[in-house]
Amino acid sequence: MQRYFLKRIFIGIMTMLVVITIVFFLTRVAGPADPTAILLPPDATPEDQARLRVKFGLDKPVMEQYFIYMKNALQGDFGESFRFGEPALELVLERLPATIQLASLALLLGLSCGLFVGIISAVLRDTVFDRVGRVLALIGMAVPQFALALFLTLTFGVMLEWLPISGRGGIEHLIMPVVSMSMVGLAAYTRLSRSTMIEVLNSDYIMMARIKGVPYYRVVLVHALKNSCIPVITFIGMTFPALITGNVVIETIFSWPGIGNLVMTSIFARDYPVVQVIVLLLSFMVISINLLVDIAYAYIDPRIRFE
Amino acid sequence: MFLDKKKKKQRKIKNRIPFIGLTFVTGFLFLVIFGNWVAPYDYEYWDMASMMMPPAWEEGGSISHVLGTDALGRDVFSRLIHGSRFSLLIAVACIACYGTIGVIMGLLSGFMGGITDMVIMRLCDLWMSMPAIILVSLMGPSALTVIVVVGIAGWPGYARIVRGECLSIKQNDFIRLARVAGCSNLRIMFSHVFPNIANTLIVLVTLNIGQMIILTATLSFLGLGTQPPSPDWGLMMNEGRRYINSAWWLVVFPGVAILMAVLGFNIVGDWLREIFDPKQKLR
Amino acid sequence: MTEHIKKDIILQVQGLKTHFFTKRGVVKAVDGIDFSMGKGEIVGLVGESGSGKSITSLSIMRLVPKPAGEIVDGKILFYNENLLEKSAEEMRQIRGNRISMILQDPMVSLNQILRVEYQIGEVFRFHKKTNGSLREKCINVLRKVKVPSPELRMRDYPFQFSGGMCQRVVIGMGIANSPKLLIADEPTTALDVTIQSQILQLMKRVQQETGTAILMITHDLATVAQICSRVMVMYAGRIVEKAPVHTFYKIPAHPYSCGLIKSVPVLGKKIDRLFSIEGQPPSLLNPPEGCRFVSRCNQAKEICHREYPPEITLDENTNHRVSCWLHT
Repeated sequence: MQRYFLKRIFIGIMTMLVVITIVFFLTRVAGPADPTAILLPPDATPEDQARLRVKFGLDKPVMEQYFIYMKNALQGDFGESFRFGEPALELVLERLPATIQLASLALLLGLSCGLFVGIISAVLRDTVFDRVGRVLALIGMAVPQFALALFLTLTFGVMLEWLPISGRGGIEHLIMPVVSMSMVGLAAYTRLSRSTMIEVLNSDYIMMARIKGVPYYRVVLVHALKNSCIPVITFIGMTFPALITGNVVIETIFSWPGIGNLVMTSIFARDYPVVQVIVLLLSFMVISINLLVDIAYAYIDPRIRFE
Repeated sequence: MFLDKKKKKQRKIKNRIPFIGLTFVTGFLFLVIFGNWVAPYDYEYWDMASMMMPPAWEEGGSISHVLGTDALGRDVFSRLIHGSRFSLLIAVACIACYGTIGVIMGLLSGFMGGITDMVIMRLCDLWMSMPAIILVSLMGPSALTVIVVVGIAGWPGYARIVRGECLSIKQNDFIRLARVAGCSNLRIMFSHVFPNIANTLIVLVTLNIGQMIILTATLSFLGLGTQPPSPDWGLMMNEGRRYINSAWWLVVFPGVAILMAVLGFNIVGDWLREIFDPKQKLR
Repeated sequence: MTEHIKKDIILQVQGLKTHFFTKRGVVKAVDGIDFSMGKGEIVGLVGESGSGKSITSLSIMRLVPKPAGEIVDGKILFYNENLLEKSAEEMRQIRGNRISMILQDPMVSLNQILRVEYQIGEVFRFHKKTNGSLREKCINVLRKVKVPSPELRMRDYPFQFSGGMCQRVVIGMGIANSPKLLIADEPTTALDVTIQSQILQLMKRVQQETGTAILMITHDLATVAQICSRVMVMYAGRIVEKAPVHTFYKIPAHPYSCGLIKSVPVLGKKIDRLFSIEGQPPSLLNPPEGCRFVSRCNQAKEICHREYPPEITLDENTNHRVSCWLHT
């Protein structure tokens, strides 16, 4: 079992190396390899530009730039931001907590509400609660996050003026971004947990538990719940990239000072080092989440442990 | 017998939902195909004289522009209709790309197993680490970029699911029989395995169309997708955003259009899934 | 409906009807059955798939799958108390305690991700039988069903047990609280033939030691012959014959019973073709007015199509009863 995880970690590191490489060359190839023109004020002289190029190491051929970058990266030095001059990694880590706050709250909200509604829907199948819940979930999945964000902003931010429409601060700043970001997830988790739960509740071992005289609420909470966890956890792992996309969108709309916002502004400003670090970080997170998902499997389902 | 009646009524309501979904989808497809003839105006047609007109039922509106006009005097209703084509086109193009790649990879991975499987699965992980939105931004936004990037980026989802189905079908006897009969691997994959996963694929594609419409709308909204003057619904919402206080119709109608289209496809996808589900539930 | 007043009748089912309300109509899975069971009796309920045997057992336990299924008529008297009138909580207290049940496939009857010890413990915990060590009780249960090394094995998970062992565990859970009635729904169908015999012997031993009555539901006549004292034949939602086992095999009365017995190949006897009853059971959506076996019976009379035959007693001494116009 442990050997399997070590192998996964190794492959994960390899993957991250490949990701850095891809992004490195993608930024140089797709956009201008020399962003100095954009970074300088209009009245800059060609000498200023040349000096900037040397400073960022952009005067060297691309392959050489790559090797220098990789050498430094392996020592923890990811270069300096073209825009701000600060070390790219520090810049990103500074803004990371804001994103983690937003993303984890959104995930938690979506997951907990979704599971709750889904399970009750499954247990109270075909009642009013269930049918209303299903319709709402269906609609929830059809609303784009940005549209919801827009709608909320319009209603609560502009018309009613109850909530601030941008920036980070207290709870009132968190409400709209978190709600916008969690809605799709909530709808998806509701549907998933409902259908999984229904399938589980039809199993023989659930019938057996009831035959033994176990109270129904315990049958649901102990037997059914644990068995329905697995598809839900898979889903979390699978939709993590979508969570990242959602994060970028919401941070942009609400001017939330996180790395989603940062990566977009950096891309447009051609601030390559920052972009690279962020993509690396995201890749790291995706791989970690997948690994955590697998660990969770082994914890919940003893059959996997014994393989 | 009272029980009978109550259950009959429940069933009627339940049957209406797929009907609603089908209506939306049919309407959508109708607009896509016949939009050119149905729409009163061209999507680029602008008329400074009738800028910022509200919908027909409000003061200042007129029947000639049923849902109002935008800042350049372009008819919202026509743009919505033309926009449907854009949304669907991009969605279908993307799905066609990554769907094909995904299915092929999934078949290879699930069927061949061994090293092929491992390599493809690692590629999946790699691909999934790169969110599309970042790639699109890096490569310079345009409708084409979206198609290319998303078309290449989305295959792991399909590959995983197809692989899963392959793994379970592989155990079936009819596959073994085909091998015994001397069929080559390729032939088995395409003639025997593929038809069995076709059902899952149909459901997947239908549900995906909705997702793609939302994704392209999101990218356009952020300025990363279709560029003006295309009547992409997301783009329309972005353009109308700054007038949100005075001209609500510029944002609301495209939003509703997206909602209805996606909802329609999702409902149809769900309905197809229920039809194809071999476990026939009693209700 | 007058039954022979036997001493110590613990279960009396009267006019039980369980229907399923589906999109295509009402499926009358159990359509009016009557039977009784005495203390410590092993009664076999025989029938093919779809005859309604399993639904009968679920009806007694009041675990008919909702919302489609409903018990629409009848009485189930357990020690003279009507189970259909009991509250949900009262019923829960009876299940696993006074009436117990075991299902067909032991590999799916147990929750694969919970330890065996925990699952056995549930039987005690929810019936307030927590005096004394739970662990000791679990070990005793496993010992009773002859699972080797119970102290070690109870910490295992069900997937670490073989099919036969799993079924032993399930039987153990069923008898843990010494129920008065144990319903066994095809307990050996999913097992190897060699294990089947062991399990049946185990069940017989259980009945002898604890005096538990067993309702053995099966489609296999050999099982019936091995341990049952009485047998009831069910067809298309109704019971068509009831007899003691020896009588049944010697002089089966109902054409369906005859067909069943004839279908069992005899070792050593040479035949060209195995016998099988022609035709298919009728659809339970719209069961025929008359006898339900009429389409497959080669002795059918005109009245068989029109009216359902009443149950008559062929022999008072043995209480051999049959619902067939041929015997009226």
